This record gives sequence, C-alpha cells and structure tokens, in this order.
Amino acid sequence: MDPAHVIIRIRGLSKRFGDIQAVDGLNLDVYAGDVYGFLGPNGSGKSTTIRMMLSLVRPDSGTIELFGLPLRGSRRAILERTGALIEKPDLYDYLTAFKNLEILSAYAGDKVISRRIMEVLAVTGLEKRAHSRVKTFSKGMKQRLGIAQALVGDPELLILDEPTAGLDPQGVKDIRDLIATLNHDMHKTVLISSHQLHEIEQVANRMIIIDKGHAVVEGEVKELLKDRDQNLESYFLNLT
Amino acid sequence: MGRITRIELYKVFTRKRSYIGFAAILIIVLITLGAIAWEGKDVFDFLTQNLTQSFYLQGNLVNGYMESYLVLNFLWVHIPLLIVIVTGDLLSGEANAGTLRVVLTRPVSRVRLVTAKFNAGMIYSFTLVIFLAVISIGSGILLLGRGDLIVLMDTLNIFPSHDVLWRFLMAYLFGLLSMTTIASLSLLLSAMSNNSLGPILSTMAVIIVFTLISSLDIRVFDLIKPYLFTSYLDTWQMFFSFNIDRAEVIKNGAVLLGHTGLFYGLTVFCFSRKDILT
Repeated sequence: MDPAHVIIRIRGLSKRFGDIQAVDGLNLDVYAGDVYGFLGPNGSGKSTTIRMMLSLVRPDSGTIELFGLPLRGSRRAILERTGALIEKPDLYDYLTAFKNLEILSAYAGDKVISRRIMEVLAVTGLEKRAHSRVKTFSKGMKQRLGIAQALVGDPELLILDEPTAGLDPQGVKDIRDLIATLNHDMHKTVLISSHQLHEIEQVANRMIIIDKGHAVVEGEVKELLKDRDQNLESYFLNLT
Repeated sequence: MGRITRIELYKVFTRKRSYIGFAAILIIVLITLGAIAWEGKDVFDFLTQNLTQSFYLQGNLVNGYMESYLVLNFLWVHIPLLIVIVTGDLLSGEANAGTLRVVLTRPVSRVRLVTAKFNAGMIYSFTLVIFLAVISIGSGILLLGRGDLIVLMDTLNIFPSHDVLWRFLMAYLFGLLSMTTIASLSLLLSAMSNNSLGPILSTMAVIIVFTLISSLDIRVFDLIKPYLFTSYLDTWQMFFSFNIDRAEVIKNGAVLLGHTGLFYGLTVFCFSRKDILT
C-alpha cells in the first residue's frame, strides 16, 4: 500500500495506569479505504489506544499521526476530519436527537445545517425520531444516533469502539450493514474495535489482534483466515 | 467562544436542577415576607424594647427594606449551596454521564470548553443573585412598603429611606463577586472529579471549614485568615455602615477577583492534562 495513503500511523505507543501497562509499544497502520478491525480481549488496550488517537488520553510515549499530521499540535485539524463513537453512545438524553446533533456540530465550529443533520439521521434510520428525546430511544437506536453524531461533520475517518456491544442480533446486523454502506458507498475509512472475531471477519478487510497492549497478529483478514491451519480462532480464543 | 458559551448556557437552563435555586429563593422570600407581615411588628418591638427607653422610634420600620436586609443575611449562607449544585456539576456531571467524552471527540479545545463552562457558571450565578435581589426588594416594597432601615452591627445604624436602595445595589454587586469566587472553586473541583456529588460536597466543605476558621477568634488562625477567600465574603455588610472604608472594599474585591482568576487558571491546567476515562 502506498504510504501516502496511510490515514493512521502509530509507532511505539505506550500508556501505563499505575501498575497496569495498558498499551505497550504498539505499532499500526490504517490505509485510506480500509475497514480496519481492531481486535483484542477485554482489557487488551483497545479503548485506551483509541482514546489516545482522539487525544482523550495522553500517551506516555510513542507517536500518533492521522492524515499525515502529528496528533500533538494538529488535534483540531485531525478531529475536523474524524468522527468517533467511543464505547457507549452517551448523549444528552433530555434533549432530542436533532438537538444533540445540532449541539455537537456547533462545538466543532460547523455552521449548523439542518439538512445535513437530517441526512445523517436518515442514513442511520432515525429521521422519523429526529424530534424525540433520546431518553425514549432503545439501545440500538442510541447506538445508531452515536454513529450519526460521528458522521455529522462528514468525516473521512470513522473510529468506532465496540459499536455493537450489547445489541440484539438485528441491531448487530443493522450496524454491520451501516458500516458496509459507509465504507462502500460513502468511501469512509473505518477503524472498528471489537472483542469478537466473527464480527471483525464480516466487515473488515484488514485487522490487528492486540493483547496486553501490543500487537500479536496483523494483516489482511482474507490472508489470515485462509491460513486456518494456524487456527486464528483458537489462537484468539486462547487469548480471550 | 460566544457560540460555545451559548451551548453551555442552553444545557444549564434546560436541566431541571438549575431551577432548584430559583425555587428555593422564591420560597424563602415568601416565607420571610409572610412571617414579617404576620408577626413582624411584635418581633420588631421585642428586639427594640431596650432602644425604646433611649429613642423614640417613629414611622414604618417594619418595611420592605427590613425584609430585604433579613433575606440578604439569611441567603448569603445558602446561596453558595444553590450555586454549586449547578456549577459543581458542569464538568464532573458530563464526565459522569459520558457526554464529556463525546464532546471532546469534536474539534473543540479543552481551554475553550472550560472557558465556556466558566462563563456559563458565572452567568448562572449572576442570574441567581439578581433574581434574589429583584424578588426580595421588589416584593418587599410592594407588600410592606418603603421606610427607614435599622441595621444593628457594631453600632446602631438607621438609614433614611432615600439612602437605602443604593446600599442594597452595592451589596448585591459585591455579592456577585463573592459568588464568582465560589462558582470558580466548584468548577475547579468539578474538573478534578468524575462524579456529580463530589465537587458539590467538597466545595461546601471548603466553604464551611474556611468560614469557621475566618470567624473564630483564635490567634493561630489570624496568620492564615488573610489567605482564605471566605474572610472577604461578608464585605457586602460594609455598605450598611455610615463610614464605608472604600480602600478596604476595593482590596477585598481584588482578593476575591484574584482567587477567581487563580481557580480558573488551575481549572484550565488540571482539565488540559486530565485523561478522559469515563
């Protein structure tokens, strides 16, 4: 892959919380157009890595570049081109879906365009509930609204941390289909984290498995799955 | 900055808990008014029975100004509590709810966000104090009328009716400054916490402990009193004496402003370095 098309480049990233080494010298590259699976058991360092990519958590060492820009010093420029859903979609549940998106757009300094908000609500299947308070939403609807808030700034890169956690099978399928649409039809690069291998298998073209904060396997999903002799699933299950 | 401040204000004023303070003030003012209307004359006669041996008291002394002064005394103790219910929750409440994480994935700097929340906290505090002023003075004058104001501090001060209103105005203006300091302290504690209750309780604990130290006449405390912001919160009372020490008022105001600036600076420092883990 042409290095010019690297969207995320991480080198030697580390973070420690007290006695726990959450991330330990992690390297990864995500290319333009990828749906990149970020796989690992619970507590493997996925969320901490994602939070560091979004400058929610300060790394102890290592470098993070997005769109060829260093995160330190280019945070605003990077976040203008990035949408994210980190774990649960925690939104202002006393406000409507529309108002939530309006507020989050305004934080970004975007000129709030009602048409754009309705577009992302339509993409996520929530346009009929645009003016309902979020506290009346089901878990699946909240998850879709979380993705809608990530999309509202029309980002090139979507970072989704466990977007199907806690959803019923239909909810999982809806999110999976939505990710496919965003990648194929809207040409978004997607990084999706999960602790379930089969979920990543179905949506990602490239993936990394991390454990105890460092990479254990990385590559094309097809290649890794072809090599079933190595038994990726058993390997992953051993980790989990 | 104006846009983010407006968003923060919108969030503050769409939450029900933000109206607890207004409701509490309304209830306290109404109770005080009712009590004065029913028994104010008897209580006033009882309190001034020693004075009547030396003075001849004439006119409407149980009036709206007296009620406003009483409310002012009651509420400077309680207004900080009403303010920190909202300002102590500005950052920690969002951290607890997880919305801070969502907001900070947007391209807004942490300094701008803290400053907008600081502005919103100040505007909320101002609104609450102005509401108190308007309700207590307005309803007092409307229901009990105007008259001279008797204030017993170190000496007995009797202010003629036409000399009272500006004193209330100045007292409330100084009160705004005091509440600014309290709001900024609660915002600092809010930046350090991830739950709503902690900063509210800790701010109140700081105010209670510092006020206790400020008011106790113990020599060892005299060394630290000048450094405690609570030593300056009651400066508003100076406006109810005939000889106002302007230099002292300005100095005390500057100390409170300095504390507000310090708390704001520390909030920015702490919040900019905080890992968002909720």
